[in-house]
Amino acid sequence: MTATTTSDRSDLSELGRSEATLRAFLHGLPGVDQVGAEQRAAQLGTRSIKTTAKAWAIDLAIRMVDLTTLEGADTPGKVRALSAKALRPDPADPSCPHVGAVCVYPSMVPYAAEVLRGSTVHLASVATAFPSGQAPLAVKTADTRAAVAAGADEIDMVISRGAFLAGRYKEVFDEIVEVKAACDGAAAGLPGSPRAHLKVILETGELATYDNVRRASWLAMLAGADFIKTSTGKVPVAATPPVTLVMLEAVRDFRDTTGRQVGVKPAGGIRTTKDAIKYLVMVNETVGPDWLDPDWFRFGASTLLNDLLMQRTKLTTGTYSGPDYFTLD
Amino acid sequence: MFEYAPAPESRSVVEIRSSYGLFINGEFVDPGDGGTFKSINPASEEVLAEIAEAGPADVDRAVRAARTAYEQVWGPMPGRDRAKYLYRIARIIQERSRELAVLESLDNGKPIKESRDVDLPLVAAHFFYYAGWADKLPYAGFGQRPTSGHSGADPRPLGMAAQVIPWNFPLLMLAWKIAPALAAGNTVVLKPAETTPLTALLFAEICQQADLPPGVVNIVTGAGETGRALVEHDGVDKVAFTGSTEVGRAIARAVAGTRKKLTLELGGKAANIVFDDAPVDQAVEGIVNGIFFNQGHVCCAGSRLLIQESVYEPVLASLKRRMAQLRVGDPLDKNTDIGAINSAAQLDRIRELSEVGAAEGAERWSPECTLPERGFWFAPTIFTGVTQAHRIAREEIFGPVLSVLTFRTPAEAVEKANNTPYGLSAGIWTEKGSRILWMADRLRAGVVWANTFNKFDPTSPFGGYKESGYGREGGRHGLEAYLNV
Repeated sequence: MTATTTSDRSDLSELGRSEATLRAFLHGLPGVDQVGAEQRAAQLGTRSIKTTAKAWAIDLAIRMVDLTTLEGADTPGKVRALSAKALRPDPADPSCPHVGAVCVYPSMVPYAAEVLRGSTVHLASVATAFPSGQAPLAVKTADTRAAVAAGADEIDMVISRGAFLAGRYKEVFDEIVEVKAACDGAAAGLPGSPRAHLKVILETGELATYDNVRRASWLAMLAGADFIKTSTGKVPVAATPPVTLVMLEAVRDFRDTTGRQVGVKPAGGIRTTKDAIKYLVMVNETVGPDWLDPDWFRFGASTLLNDLLMQRTKLTTGTYSGPDYFTLD
Repeated sequence: MFEYAPAPESRSVVEIRSSYGLFINGEFVDPGDGGTFKSINPASEEVLAEIAEAGPADVDRAVRAARTAYEQVWGPMPGRDRAKYLYRIARIIQERSRELAVLESLDNGKPIKESRDVDLPLVAAHFFYYAGWADKLPYAGFGQRPTSGHSGADPRPLGMAAQVIPWNFPLLMLAWKIAPALAAGNTVVLKPAETTPLTALLFAEICQQADLPPGVVNIVTGAGETGRALVEHDGVDKVAFTGSTEVGRAIARAVAGTRKKLTLELGGKAANIVFDDAPVDQAVEGIVNGIFFNQGHVCCAGSRLLIQESVYEPVLASLKRRMAQLRVGDPLDKNTDIGAINSAAQLDRIRELSEVGAAEGAERWSPECTLPERGFWFAPTIFTGVTQAHRIAREEIFGPVLSVLTFRTPAEAVEKANNTPYGLSAGIWTEKGSRILWMADRLRAGVVWANTFNKFDPTSPFGGYKESGYGREGGRHGLEAYLNV
């Protein structure tokens, strides 16, 4: 799919009606040449971002971090500490922006909500039997409703990779539609609460090919995803630059086709400022400034934030501080 | 807006002397008649150095030095010892690659990201590759050695090679010429282009650093007259030329009827063919790389884009969107995609042909871009509505100018792609493997790239059909041009 003008915008809402129409559409998307996509991603990684550009990019990257903890060992205390850090990442420097969101398991949402209430930091919860997604649909929607009821305004769901790889696109589509409905706070018995944004995790490390990444991206967007996200961080291969490139091309083409803008969130494995800046360059040169905003691009990460803070301090003071000067959570 | 701050590569890594002599018999010497010319930075028009101009007497001196070195040292030397020198040169090139890359960008105008990431790695790779062949020539498939029971002679070097190279890839073309010649046991006199002599002269210093025996490599600088004196010299056994078809014709006439062997790598007007089932995003990258790589100063550039009619509009829209991302400017800035045009003369030619394109009715488009005031610059440009009858579809522009044509069927694509006096390269973009093979069988071009473009490797032969020249460089095939087989 490629750039089209506004007047050509198509209504694709009927595609989810049947397995056949979905399949015909997804298999009709142009292919992705693996060598070419990887080469392009590597080329974008050679951009040299220095001085003022670097300072600007670091602040933007901080604002885009979904500060994440997704461990069985998470405690209310840890989640409170992480949420406090989300609000004031660098206590020594009030000019440092806050992060985009905190991302936790549903059972931890109430503790994060206590701390974040009244701030503009979003509260994301994974749901739908994260990370495997191997649970009945009723459990997945209940999981989602519980997270929304507890105060999450963003839901990170996983798709059923098994169904996708088996070609049961309609099943994946319907699940996303159901979960999207469960994101509606009012329907969950919270009158007046807004609908939570839905991020759909494709788990690209299990999709095997870039063609599948492109198809899964379109499938999620057609079903109503507000964001498409690469990974759970729980399988060996998480976000990579070429996978993110293919997903960015998908959201770009989807907006050209339908007029609706969808966000992108690479997650897992992005640990350094250098890596984060490479992703921002890719966003800038693939989809442009419209996506250079925390509403449309996020990093799912836990250790990235401290490296961003260290590089930020280095730029403003000219010296590197030791890791002891930054909070561990 | 994400504005990239300037990120210039430091030019202090390379020391440029104020003047350079000729490199003959292992030393820099003054030219006999004392003529000089200046080499300038095309991005700023600043003079970089004064360069000696070799007259006929100087050329004669260089050829004699090469002849002596061939007869007394390099020819008799065992292949494994020649290999040691070539490996040594390759390693020094790697060690000094940053210096060479900066100098190449200064003298040529190409962006540092290309000289650093493309030219220099390939230069070193060519020396490494041919170093490996130096002691294995009997097994390259030209002699009789591998088939037992025959007593045929091993292939012998030709002797002394005269090599004339162009300005678009100064050091890479030097490597393509010198590495196989030396590996096969020949000695060389090389003339770099008059607008880009500096990396060849730094290479001469590398030959000294590597203790290469005197006279094995000689570098004579100058313009067309120097080149003519070199290729017409009686002491020359082999002539290798890369450059324009016009000069190639003159050289072919000059060596006709002599014992000299000749290889020519000349112009091109390659077709880059995009089918409706192409991987569009990667095809657009390939189109951009095909024509805007090295400011389009590439003999195998994909300067004619053939798009299947059914995907013409979306592909063109994607191409324009991608072109708007190209960063034109300071070649030493690490974020520059398109650098300076190499010379005022070349800029004039690009302008002239572009004006002809517009006058003949093609529609001209460039993304918005601010060009620096000093230096030689040309915005990336595409022409749509081009037909086979337009001059911009037939003549080599050798600049960042793409002619866009359409086709309906594979047969029509082949017909249009082949309808040119040239035949250096072609590109095919389709997800259908059988179509790639069908097309590659029918395209009359020395290189056919499938779902990629402008990929080079020392193991792969490169050369042309028709008026794009004859002979092959690179790979095992590239040895043949320097062996008496």
